[in-house]
Amino acid sequence: MVNLKIDGKDVSVAEGTKVIEAARMANITVPSLCYLKGINEIGSCRVCVVEVKGMRTLQASCVLPVSEGMEVFTNTAKVRASRKTSMELILSDHDRQCLTCVRNQNCELQTLSEELGIGEIRYEGEQILRAKDLSSASIVRDQNKCILCRRCVAVCQNVQKVGVIEATNRGFNTTIEPAFEMNIADVACINCGQCVVSCPVGALSEKSEIDEVWDAISDSTKQVIVQPAPAVRVALGEEFGMPIGTVVTGKLVSALRDIGFDQIFDTNFGADLTIIEEGYELINRIKNGGKLPMITSCSPGWIKYCEHQYPEFTENLSSCKSPHQMVGAMIKSYYAEKNNIDPKNIVVVSIMPCTAKKFEANRPEMVDSKGIKDVDYVLTTRELARMIKQAGIDFVKLPEGEFDPMFGESTGAAAIFGATGGVMEAALRTVADVLTGQDLQNIDYEAVRGSYSGVKEATVNIGGRDFRVAVAHGTGNAKALLDDIKAGKANYDFIEIMGCPGGCITGGGQPIVPSRVRAVEDVFKARSQAIYSIDKGLPKRKSHQNVSVMNLYKDYLGEPNGHKAHELLHTHYEKRGLYKD
Amino acid sequence: METFRSHVMICGGTGCHSSGSGDLIKAFEEQIKGNGLDKEVKVVRTGCFGLCEVGPIVVIYPEGAFYSRVKAEDVKEIVEEHLLKGRIVKHLLYHDSINENSGDIKSLNEVNFYKKQKRIALKNCGIIDPENIDEYLAFDGYKALTKVLTEMTPEEVIKTVKDSGLRGRGGAGFPTGLKWDFCYKAKGDKKYVLCNADEGDPGAFMDRSVLEGDPLAVIEAMTIAGYAIGSDQGFIYVRAEYPIAVQRLQHAIKQAREYGLLGKNILETGFDFDLEVRLGAGAFVCGEETALMRSIEGKRGEPRPRPPFPANQGLFEKPTLLNNVETYANITQIILNGADWFSAIGTEKSKGTKVFALGGKINNTGLVEIPMGMTLREVLFDVGGGIPNGKKFKAAQTGGPSGGCIPTSKLDIPIDYDSLVSIGSMMGSGGLIVMDEDNCMVDIARFFMEFIVEESCGKCAPCRIGTKRMKEILDRIVAGKGVEGDIEKLEELGNMLKESALCGLGQTAPNPVLSTIRYFRDEYEAHIKDKRCPAGVCKGLMRYTIIADKCKSCGICAKNCPVSCISGEKKVPYVIDQDKCIKCGQCMEKCPFGAIELK
Repeated sequence: MVNLKIDGKDVSVAEGTKVIEAARMANITVPSLCYLKGINEIGSCRVCVVEVKGMRTLQASCVLPVSEGMEVFTNTAKVRASRKTSMELILSDHDRQCLTCVRNQNCELQTLSEELGIGEIRYEGEQILRAKDLSSASIVRDQNKCILCRRCVAVCQNVQKVGVIEATNRGFNTTIEPAFEMNIADVACINCGQCVVSCPVGALSEKSEIDEVWDAISDSTKQVIVQPAPAVRVALGEEFGMPIGTVVTGKLVSALRDIGFDQIFDTNFGADLTIIEEGYELINRIKNGGKLPMITSCSPGWIKYCEHQYPEFTENLSSCKSPHQMVGAMIKSYYAEKNNIDPKNIVVVSIMPCTAKKFEANRPEMVDSKGIKDVDYVLTTRELARMIKQAGIDFVKLPEGEFDPMFGESTGAAAIFGATGGVMEAALRTVADVLTGQDLQNIDYEAVRGSYSGVKEATVNIGGRDFRVAVAHGTGNAKALLDDIKAGKANYDFIEIMGCPGGCITGGGQPIVPSRVRAVEDVFKARSQAIYSIDKGLPKRKSHQNVSVMNLYKDYLGEPNGHKAHELLHTHYEKRGLYKD
Repeated sequence: METFRSHVMICGGTGCHSSGSGDLIKAFEEQIKGNGLDKEVKVVRTGCFGLCEVGPIVVIYPEGAFYSRVKAEDVKEIVEEHLLKGRIVKHLLYHDSINENSGDIKSLNEVNFYKKQKRIALKNCGIIDPENIDEYLAFDGYKALTKVLTEMTPEEVIKTVKDSGLRGRGGAGFPTGLKWDFCYKAKGDKKYVLCNADEGDPGAFMDRSVLEGDPLAVIEAMTIAGYAIGSDQGFIYVRAEYPIAVQRLQHAIKQAREYGLLGKNILETGFDFDLEVRLGAGAFVCGEETALMRSIEGKRGEPRPRPPFPANQGLFEKPTLLNNVETYANITQIILNGADWFSAIGTEKSKGTKVFALGGKINNTGLVEIPMGMTLREVLFDVGGGIPNGKKFKAAQTGGPSGGCIPTSKLDIPIDYDSLVSIGSMMGSGGLIVMDEDNCMVDIARFFMEFIVEESCGKCAPCRIGTKRMKEILDRIVAGKGVEGDIEKLEELGNMLKESALCGLGQTAPNPVLSTIRYFRDEYEAHIKDKRCPAGVCKGLMRYTIIADKCKSCGICAKNCPVSCISGEKKVPYVIDQDKCIKCGQCMEKCPFGAIELK
């Protein structure tokens, strides 16, 4: 332990702790902007400066490690003046269109400006105006709001190992850009949106489709059907002041109904359906000598990463569509037939914790020969929250609603899709039962849960056969895993990969948690506990116990992996280069 | 070995090279051959002699005749008279190299420019052919390395460097021996020795001259450093804009390898060390140590916070020793002559000598090496030869964009690290720019700030935006649009930058502005309050006016005005509309009667 004094208080912290964190332990919040604990520690904004006895200049507390006997002062006149000037300078090069900004009231710059008492900006001057990059189906980049904190760069390069954005040009002309200032859609961006949830301001946001969805709802000729993903229900409440990890499934359904959706189905139903398809696909691959390891395909960020960076693994990807695409395909076929509606008049809206799903829904593979898309619009959890606010709905006071029956039933196996390891665990629950022909009771596969390890491995014995499985979350971890496989250092039967660190519950479309909260609260843990509590609380915890799913096979699809299932529920992939030709 | 009765030393430094020394070499060789002297006279292309002002320079030994501003057409005369007939061509000699009374030629050491200099880092510059390792060896080259490898332990080497009192010549003046000791003590399976040759200050060319004139001195010193800290790999980071230096370095490395002085098992002592040159693309910030290392790693050249310090985690996160060119250039002499010899030169806290690049309003533009502690007055007036055209000295700028302006009242300050810092400037890497009464200090401050704005890496907010805002304020002051409070804003921003910018570049960036405000506040006030530039430099504050008495109403000024802002009629003096005038000066130039003045 290292002993130091911060503002006269004695603090004892572990070696290597940064002063900003040590201060937090003494209940002192040092303001910060570029700092994102564990991800971006570069000391570039200089807002977190403190005075340290014996040091000539002010020190950025986010990068300064504690040392024995250190004396830190976080609130001197010099410190206050310097922070204020830094903020004024940053604001002088920011468009300050707060009222119309997507991050209004959830902006770290705005918060700091208020907290530091910025009354006026004394150093007005040139601002370089740049056009927005609207090229991507998922992500919008607005350089005029960018404060060059580089959190997006750090998460893209170091965490996700995608590395498609970097500082370009020098000095005042610096911007964050893809190589050669190409559009983000023209590089190997995987649309994961981790940059968006890392951005302290409104420089990065999802491509909003709120207006299109409102228009569809207002259109009396359209039947608008909505489906929320497993991870949405454990995060949406945060947008309305509820604690991180609050389960709001019933309120979510009620809100969707109040907004005016005609049918409210559940992507969890699709998750159960996915497990049946994917489970049988795995069994078939094993029995028939198919390509192994099989890798999950639920995460469109991961899929695009694989297509760009590891095209040699595209044949390992399960051909199953992701759950919401399956539900979309079922709505436009089975539901439409049953209710005698022209699928052209159905609009399917998915509420996703994900920005990459917007890209996925627009993939040509997800449109049938008649031009019918499985899913018409994808809204992030954040966009849904905006719609709820726009509709004047008092979310916290909403009653508990119920999903509509046809695609509304789901099991605990579907619920856990939202967290890393969930798809693996759900698949194992079904595969084990199918292969043993029993209703196994020991179904908590703890080894594949949690976020502390980037790659989790387990060997699971099912009916006398050892299944070697691995789970990776975040494409950076996936890269490590795939490199090991390529180098012959590892070998598996089945792998789950989720594009975002932690899986969907900490996806790029989820409510944005300020860096200050992220530094002290384990967002993944809180949301994943909620996910597993849903699982535990359900009477049925295996996908093949979902009666509606099994009826769908009986009534319409036929056999899992059968002809019709293949036509509607499976897809294929593209080998992409790193840059557009 | 061949022997020659005469040596024609021709400066091949960048300065003389660009004023035609390459052609001189050819001309001498042709003339010498044509006169059948090629077995008797040898032409040597050397490094910089220092007195760049009067280049190209040719020195002929054994007489030591110092020919200046030599042109190709002079060569025939020099060869036929001096080399063939033994008659020195006095009218082509540097004016100060002839004794006024006796008419004899002086030795170089007696010439005013050289008299007070002491050459340690520049010892071989102008003396040897930098592309011939044999000449380096003949001038005690590799004696120091031999001594180190055969007689000294790494601890002893470090102790010698420590005891010498040598401090980093790159600017900040960190004790070199201590740095070596940190790297020696750092744990790591691999260590690196780096040389910072990314000389970026406008007007500075000390490091370039050392590399051009004596590259092996740096290479030998780096090898010694490698032995001292336990490293087998070095990199010299040199800017690509120094093509001659790069070429000579690469040539020298190749020769050293051929002689077994780089590579495996050096001098058969079992010690391995090799060097590579890495070219910088010219970003000023890459002279900052952490940015330099990132650049060598192939990343965007940007500084990072310290700790960790490079001694523990530097290049590729390995313990790394980084010294500047001039620092290394002192090492072999310290090893050979001992720490005591070196520490006897200079002041209590600043030992040895310092090389300065004299530029601006000074007679002897060029490179000088002076013992620490010499006063600025001596450097400028005795060595530098004073201010040209009888003008008055106004200020000297040391440390480039990171340094400050020193006014007349501080001329007697001794030149050492601490004294310079105490008056708001810094040693810097050795740029020394002299300004006279015709220089506007606000304009000078604006120039340096513009440089910094261009060169800021853009990582930290205070430097990225703060320097830009400071430059904007300076822009409006020199344009006559300054307002009350601008000086205070500059001071506030400047002081904030000093305290909170991420790296040394940002922290020192406001120095030119702050030091000019400190010593020349009245000039700032004249620009802002009186809308007047006392030095008559800032065009934005100047007005072209027509002197009514002298105007003949010919209309030539109006015809030549590109913005049609001059009007008038016959027999009535013409008038300039000051709001429209763009101050191009066409009218004044074209007026046949001198009726237009600029004030």
